[in-house]
Amino acid sequence: MDKQTILNVHETMLVIRKFEERALNLFETNKLRGSVHLSIGQEAVAATVGAYLRDEDYITSTHRGHGHAIAKGARADRAMAELMGKVTGYCGGRGGSMHIADVDKGNLGANAIVGGGIPHAAGAALSAKMRGTDQVAVTFFGDGASNEGIFHETLNMASIWKLPVIFICENNLYGMTTNVERVTSVKDIAVRGAAYDIPGVVVDGNDVFSVEKAFKKALKRAKAGDGPTLIEAKTYRWKGHWTGDPEMYRSRDEVSSWKEKCPILRLEAHMIENQLLTEEQIRTKHQEIDQLIDEAERFALESPEPDPSTVLDNVFDEGDQ
Amino acid sequence: MSKKKYAVAIRDVIAEEMRSDERVFVMGEDIGALGGVFGCTRGLQKEFGTLRVLDTPISESGFVGIGIGAALTGMRPVIDFMYLDFVYVAMDQLLNQAAKLRYMYGGRASLPLVIRGQQGVGRGNAGTHSQSIEAFFTHIPGFKVVMPSNAYDAAGLLRTAIRENNPVMFIEHKALYIQTEEVPDDPDFMIPFGQAAVKRSGSDATIVATSLMVSRALEAAERLAEEGIEVEVIDPRTLIPFDIDTVITSVKKTGRALVVHEAHKNNGPGSEIASQIMEKGFRYLDAPVARLGAKACTLPFSLVLENAVVPSVEDIIQSVHEICYH
Ligand SMILES: Cc1ncc(C[n+]2csc(CCOP(=O)(O)OP(=O)(O)O)c2C)c(N)n1
Ligand SMILES: [Mg+2]
Repeated sequence: MDKQTILNVHETMLVIRKFEERALNLFETNKLRGSVHLSIGQEAVAATVGAYLRDEDYITSTHRGHGHAIAKGARADRAMAELMGKVTGYCGGRGGSMHIADVDKGNLGANAIVGGGIPHAAGAALSAKMRGTDQVAVTFFGDGASNEGIFHETLNMASIWKLPVIFICENNLYGMTTNVERVTSVKDIAVRGAAYDIPGVVVDGNDVFSVEKAFKKALKRAKAGDGPTLIEAKTYRWKGHWTGDPEMYRSRDEVSSWKEKCPILRLEAHMIENQLLTEEQIRTKHQEIDQLIDEAERFALESPEPDPSTVLDNVFDEGDQ
Repeated sequence: MSKKKYAVAIRDVIAEEMRSDERVFVMGEDIGALGGVFGCTRGLQKEFGTLRVLDTPISESGFVGIGIGAALTGMRPVIDFMYLDFVYVAMDQLLNQAAKLRYMYGGRASLPLVIRGQQGVGRGNAGTHSQSIEAFFTHIPGFKVVMPSNAYDAAGLLRTAIRENNPVMFIEHKALYIQTEEVPDDPDFMIPFGQAAVKRSGSDATIVATSLMVSRALEAAERLAEEGIEVEVIDPRTLIPFDIDTVITSVKKTGRALVVHEAHKNNGPGSEIASQIMEKGFRYLDAPVARLGAKACTLPFSLVLENAVVPSVEDIIQSVHEICYH
C-alpha cells in the first residue's frame, strides 16, 4: 500500500469511527431514532476495500452499513441527515440508517434484510459484463448472512457466469446474539467458496494490510474475467448489536481483548513506526475529523424535515426511460 | 396485422425489443435451447446468444436479486418465471427489494424490471401450479401489475412493460397461450397502462373481468343477451394502475356491477375493485356490487373439483341474474 493510500485509509477509518460514535451519542440523547447498527471495531475492512474502488465500481451493504457507505464516498453530513430522516439525507428521509444508497456513485444500497443485497452486487457485475465495462462489484455481508440461501444461490451463479464480483464476509463472531460457531457448519466461512469453485480466503479484518493483500488479488481476478472471490475478514464489533443491547451473550474480557486489536491504533502504530505521520500530525488529523463530524451533526440537525405532502412521491418512476 | 398466438406475440415483442435496445435481456429457467416451457422465448438464444438469453439455475430468489442489481445499473432485465406460483420462493427479492428500493432510496434509483410468467388453471397442475397470485403484487406498492387476456393486449402491454422504468409483474395465463388474434406489426405498438378495454357494450350490467375470465364473461354476456340482458364487459388489462374511470362510466349507465377473477375471492383484487366502485359510484348503483373468484381452498387436481372452484360461465350468468333482479 502506498503512502497516500495509507493516509486515505486512515482518514476513512477515522471518519467511520467518529461518525458512528456521534450517531450513538445522538441516539442516546434522543436526537435520532430507529435502528442504528454500529461497525465500530470493523472499520479496516470497509476503509481498505473502499480505497481500491473507483466511483464507477459498485458496492452493496447491510444493516451495519455506515462504514461501507462512507468508504464508497458518502459525505458524513448527508449520511447523518439520513440517520435523522431529514430531507437532505441520501434517501430524503425515506430509508434511514439501514438503507443509505447513492446509486450514481456506485453505492447500490445498504439492505436491512440479511443477505438481501448480496445478489444485487452480482447483478451489477452481470450488468458490467454485459455492457463490456471493467467495473467490479463488491458485496459486504455478515457471518449470519452466509447462512441465508440467497448467499449460496448467488455464489453459484457468480461462479458459473464468472462475474466480476467480490464477496466480503465480515465475520464479527455474532449474528445478533448468536455465536457464529453455534449456527454455522464450518469454522471458516471462506471454505464455503470451495462448494462453488470460488477461491475463499481468510484475512485479519482488523489489519488493513491483510485485507489489502486479499482484496487486490480478488480485484485482479475479477478484472481478468476469472470470476468471483470470497474473502472472510475475521473481525469484531465493539458495540452491542443494537443500541441498548445488554450483551448477555459475550464476556467483557472478550470485548476488551478485541479492543486491544483496534484497527485504527494498529495502523497508526505502523504509520508512526514508518514515519508516515508523527503523533502530532495524527492528533491534528483526529481534530480535523472531529470538526467534520461536528459540521455533519450541525448540518443534519439544521436540515428540514421532509414535507408530508411528498410522501407518495417516488413510489414509481414517472419519467421516460 | 399478423395473426398470432398469444405465446408467439410475447416471444416476438421480446425479440423486437432485444433487437432495438441492447440493454434488454432475458433470464430464467429452461429459456434457452427449449425456448421456455410455453415457447415464449423460442429461438431467442439462437439469435441473441447465451449471455442475453441467460439460462439460470433453479434459484428464483437469487436470479431475481441479480436482475435487480442489473436493473439498478443500466440494464433492462425480463425475468421468465416458468410458473408464477414460484414467485413465493423469491418474495423477499420481489416485495422487499424490487418493490421498495426506489422509494427507500428517495427516488434516486430506477428499476426497469419485468417479471413475466403464467398462472391459472388449465393443465391439471393442482395447488402449487394453478393458482392466481396477482393480489400480492397489488397490495405492496411498487409493482405495476398487468394481466393481458388476449394476444393483441399481450403484445401491446408487454412492449410498454419492457420500456417502463418500474418493476412490472406481467401475468400471463397458461390457457391463453394458444389464443390467436390479429396483432399489429408496428414495432412500436404499445398499450398504455391504466387503460381498460370495453370488450362489449351493454346497458343492464357491468362485468369487470381479468385474464381468462374475460372470455368467460363474454360468453356469459352472449347467453344473457338471448334473454334480453345486455351486459357491458370491461377488461381493465392492468390492475396497477387501475382504470376506475372507465368502470364508473359504465356503472353510471348500467347501475349494476360484477367483478370476476380467477384469484381467490377472499381479499382478492375484486375486493378492491368492488370497494372503489362503491366509493366512487355508490349513487349510481341499483344493487350491491357482486364478486366472483376462486373459492377459499387450494386449487384441487381433479378437473371436476377444479371446475367447482373457479368461476364458470354459469356462475357468471347466475351472478348477473342476482344483481339484475335484486
Ligand atoms: C432476513 C432477515 N432475518 C433476520 C433479520 C434480523 N436481523 C437483523 S441483523 C441480524 C444479524 C445479522 O448477522 P450478521 O449477518 O452476522 O451481521 P452483523 O449484524 O453481525 O453485522 C438479524 C438476525 C433480518 N433483518 N433479516
Ligand atoms: Mg455477524
